[in-house]
Formats: sequence, C-alpha cells, structure tokens
Amino acid sequence: MFGFANPQRFMSFSGAALPWVAAVTVILLGVAAVWGLVLSPADYQQGDTVRIMYVHVPAAWMAMACYAAMAGASFVSLIWGHALADVAAKATAPLGATFTGLALVTGSLWGKPTWGAWWVWDARLTSVLVLFFLYLGYMALWSAIDDRIRAGRLAAILALVGAINLPVIKFSVDFWNTLHQGTSVLRVDGPSLDTVFLYPLLMMALGYMALYVTLLLMRMRTEIWQQQTRAAARRQAVESERPSPQTAESTNG
Amino acid sequence: MLIECDGLSCVRGDAALFQALSFDLEPGGALLVRGANGVGKTSLLRMLPGFLRPSAGTILIDGETPADRADRIHFVGHSDGLKASQSARQHLSFWSNLLNGPGNVDEALAIWGLTAIANLPCGVLSAGQRRRLVLARLLVAERDLWVLDEPTAPLDRAASKIFIDQVATYRSKGGIVAVATHLDLAIGNALEIRLGEGVQI
Amino acid sequence: MKALFAILARDMGLARQGWGLALGFFALFVTLMPLAVGPNLEVLRQLGPGMIWLGAALATLISLDRLYQADVEDGSVDQLLLSGMPLEVLVLGKVAAHWLTTILPLVIVAPLLGVMLNLEGQALWALAISLAVGTPALSFIGSIAAAMTAGQRRGGPLLSILVLPLFVPTLIFGAASAASSGEGLAFLGAVTLLSAAISPFASAAALRLHVS
Repeated sequence: MFGFANPQRFMSFSGAALPWVAAVTVILLGVAAVWGLVLSPADYQQGDTVRIMYVHVPAAWMAMACYAAMAGASFVSLIWGHALADVAAKATAPLGATFTGLALVTGSLWGKPTWGAWWVWDARLTSVLVLFFLYLGYMALWSAIDDRIRAGRLAAILALVGAINLPVIKFSVDFWNTLHQGTSVLRVDGPSLDTVFLYPLLMMALGYMALYVTLLLMRMRTEIWQQQTRAAARRQAVESERPSPQTAESTNG
Repeated sequence: MLIECDGLSCVRGDAALFQALSFDLEPGGALLVRGANGVGKTSLLRMLPGFLRPSAGTILIDGETPADRADRIHFVGHSDGLKASQSARQHLSFWSNLLNGPGNVDEALAIWGLTAIANLPCGVLSAGQRRRLVLARLLVAERDLWVLDEPTAPLDRAASKIFIDQVATYRSKGGIVAVATHLDLAIGNALEIRLGEGVQI
Repeated sequence: MKALFAILARDMGLARQGWGLALGFFALFVTLMPLAVGPNLEVLRQLGPGMIWLGAALATLISLDRLYQADVEDGSVDQLLLSGMPLEVLVLGKVAAHWLTTILPLVIVAPLLGVMLNLEGQALWALAISLAVGTPALSFIGSIAAAMTAGQRRGGPLLSILVLPLFVPTLIFGAASAASSGEGLAFLGAVTLLSAAISPFASAAALRLHVS
C-alpha cells in the first residue's frame, strides 16, 4: 500500500526526484509570474491591483490543501502507525502556515485599494486567519513535546480534531459575517472568471503545488537526517558509558 | 490466570535495557525482578498491565493482550495517586467503586493499621502511611495479578511483615505477584529475574 | 454507570477549592471591560453579551490546565486504565464534573453581570440560555487540549494556543444567540452535541499517550 514505506527507500527516491521537481517548480512559477504579472491585461475596474490575485488566490488554496494533506497524513500515521506519514505531516505544517500567511498579507494588500482598509473582517479572510492559528497550535504542540513518538501522535489527534472543526469554523464565520452584514466580498470563483485571468491563475496554482512538493521533500529529508543524527548521538552517549574495543570501532564506522 | 511472556525486549531511546526475556507465571506464582537502577525493572513491570508495549516479544494473559485483561490486574507504582485533600477512607472507597470491588474498605484499613487515621486527609500522612494506604488498595478489589514496583521501600519492619503476610495469603488463594525490589523480601518459591545479568531462577 | 458517577463525585469533591478562581476571573474580566471602553450604558449594552461570552471562554481556558494534569502526574490515570471501564466514559465523568463545578457557577452569575452591563429582560434570558446551551461545548473542546498538554510542565500557554481557535464556533454562535435573542441557538446546540460526540474519544486517545 505504501510504496515508499521505509525511510531508506524514501531517501533514495526523494533524492533522485528532487532536482526534477525543483526544475518543474521553477519553470511553472517563472512562466506563471511573467504571464500573470506582465503579459495578462489589467482589470478594467481594479487596474493592476488584480495582479495580486495571482499570488493571493493560489496561496489561499494551498493553505487549505496543506491542512487537508496534514490531516490525511495524520490519519495514516494514527491508524497505521506510519513513521513517514508523521514526518510528512510535521513537514507540511510550516509550509501550510507560510501559504496561509502569504494569503493573509496579500489579502490585506489587496484590501487597501479595494476596500479602503488594510484589514476588513471579511468572512474568508477571518476563516483563513483562524486557520493560521490552527497551524500555529499544531507547530507549537510539536515543539513543546520532546518525545518524538508521543508528539507525533498528539499532533495527529490535534490535526484530525482541527480538520473536523474547520468546516464548522468556516460555517460559523460565514454566519457571523452575514449576521453583522459585512462588506461585500471580491470573489474569485474559478469558472466564472474570464479565461484571460483564469489561465495564468491556474498555471500559478500548479506552480505553487510543485513548490509545495519540492519544499515538502526537502523538509522531510532534513527531518529524517536530523532523526538519524540524534539517534547516532544517543547511541554514542550510551556506548561511551560502556567502553569496550568493539564499541570504539563501531562508533567510528 | 496464566501469564506467558515470550522474548520480551525493551529499548528506551536507543539503549537496549533487556532482551529476549521469557517466562511464564501460573496461579500462586511470583516473579521477583531485581537489578540496579535504570536496568529496566519498572519498564518490565509496566509491560504486564499493558502500559508500555514491549519493543519486541509478546505478553499473553490467558491468551489475550494485557490491555484486554487490565481489569484483572492491580498495579502499584512510584506515583501513588493520592489526592492531598481526600481522606484515606475516601481514597479507598473511590477506588473500590471504580475498580468494581466489594466495598470492604474498613477491613482493608484495619489490616494495614490505618483505622485510626482513616479520616485524615492524605496530604498529612507520612511516606510509610501513604504506602500502606496504597497497598490497602490491593484488598478493596479482587484481581488475579498484583504488579508491585518497589512496594516496601518506605515501610518499616512491622508493615513489611504485613506485606509479606498479605502476599502469602494472596498467593495461597491463587493470586500471582510480580514485584520489583532492591530489598530482601521473604517471598519464597519465586521466579527471580536479575536484569543486567541475565535470568536466574 | 457506577464508575462514571464515582469519578464525577470524586472530581466534584476535589474541585471544592478550585472553582472560585474561574468565577473570580470571569467577574473581574467583566468588571474591567467598562473600565477599558468607558461607562456609556448604550455602548455597554451593545458589547455586553459578547464580552460576557468572551469572559466565559477565557475563564474556561484558565480552569482547564488542571483537568488532567494531576491525574497524569500522580499515576491515577494508570489506575483508571485498570478499572475495566472505557477511558472515554471516565473522561465524560471528568468533563461533567468540570462543567458542574467550574462553569455552571459562571452561568448562574452571568445574568447578574449582565444587569451591570445594562442588559434587561429578554436580553438577560437570551444570555442565560445561550450560556447554558453553549458552555458545555467549551468544557468538551477544552478537555481535548487539556488531555494533550497534561504531561507538560509549562502546558498553560500551549493550551491557550491549541484551544482558542477551536472555541471560535462556540463563541460566534453563543454570542450571536445571546445578542439576538435566539438566532444561532440551534447551531450552538449542534456545536455542543458535536463536541460532546468527539471529545471523549479524542481526549481519551490523548490521555493514553501519557501512559508508558
């Protein structure tokens, strides 16, 4: 079921795949950036402000996709006790948080010319802000607990609880927004968008996804290296307690 | 109750504490675990009720996993679970209730010489009194296996005597005890495991 | 059932000293609010329900860190696992005790504080009902995070970061139904039921991880 179940196989696979994925990322993002930011036309109402959309909308998509990926990996880790799923969930969190942060900042930048204020308590922005805090909590839990296995399990439970909560949060924030009659929202609903804007947007979204995969692989590799380094250090500490000719050799090797 | 342990190993961090430990315990049997600090006595005991999973090997209790038979086991560990504001009697009645015991709290208090202090809050009890109270918990609910981690360390000689008597009575009725200790306890006819030095019987 | 009531009764007995803290915090929070925004009665009447709900959420938060901490530290959780009762049921008992001893006093005092914030009649009823329906959700959700952080020495700040984002729906529906005499009350009840359904399982799963 899990092709890259063991860390060794993952390391060799990801090592081989990484340069290719990175190259695809650079190409996709490069083309999308030129297309969206230079070649595509400005909006007749918003002018060049509309170009923020090419950064903002894929970031918001990725913010949610990353949480889904994290919850999915957490589920696999919790049910099947799969070590790599743990690593993947842990590695996804900061990436998701960064995409979320990017969506918030660009949303705010977009808001100033569009709404006349840096921050409007718009339903979408508010939901994304809560999502950002969910990411923060998840990362805080990982960093607060020293025991790796326990931290992984607890974080997985949190991610799943968060995943169940997210639709409820989204629904409640929408309810809150209509109740208080919030500002009208500039919506970018994919299909209704003019293709002139849509194609570079989709291209950019693909670029973001490739970027996520690249960074995910890099972070997972780093995490596995760190684990191996820690394990080696512990082994060394244990062996130094019982000096013998054999262990002296094996620590060198 | 029949306990079958096969090839138990314990790895904590990257330190292998013990490896390939196999033994069986039958009704009336006893296991004495000995060894220096940090060799895994507590870890071995915590595997029996299923608190800790062995890194390798299996434990079967009447053919089931320890967690499935947890309600047939008493455990006394380092931390005693006493609440400072609860009285000794409240502590025993609560656990008698929760562990589905017959409610013979007064009898248990009397056996351990705690009747006079039964209504004092646990917070004011001495280390020896606290330990006696915890051991009295063994009597308020029936179990087939007692797992006891350093049970007598804070006890004086008279209390240790009560403990030895209780263990003997319990075993004569078919109970099994597993005890980790660094003291000389007069528990006869026991399987003795010296961790760090291999198994000796 | 016997075990459920046993643990409920024990925790209620043990909580005898603790519940005043949350209530004191709650009353102080609501007292400080007019000092921060000014004594204009019209403004207070508008902000009142929301502020009382926010106060209740924060008071719940500060009462949570002891929910499982002591039982994990003193080995009681080991014993609970030997009771033969599902840990989920025992968690339910502990959460019920937490709500009854710590949160129910807030719900009872809230209308009094509401009067001080210029709420009257219908608004007071709406406030009381919303709190009675919604605050169990705070206990249930808080229980999950409390079980996660129970083994931590400095669990308090971590607990806040974990739990406050999860309080968002309860806070929104609670404050809304308090302010609008009933709008959102059905959703609030739904959130309470949902959290009651999830919390025992998630809390027990987290709690088991502290036993090794």
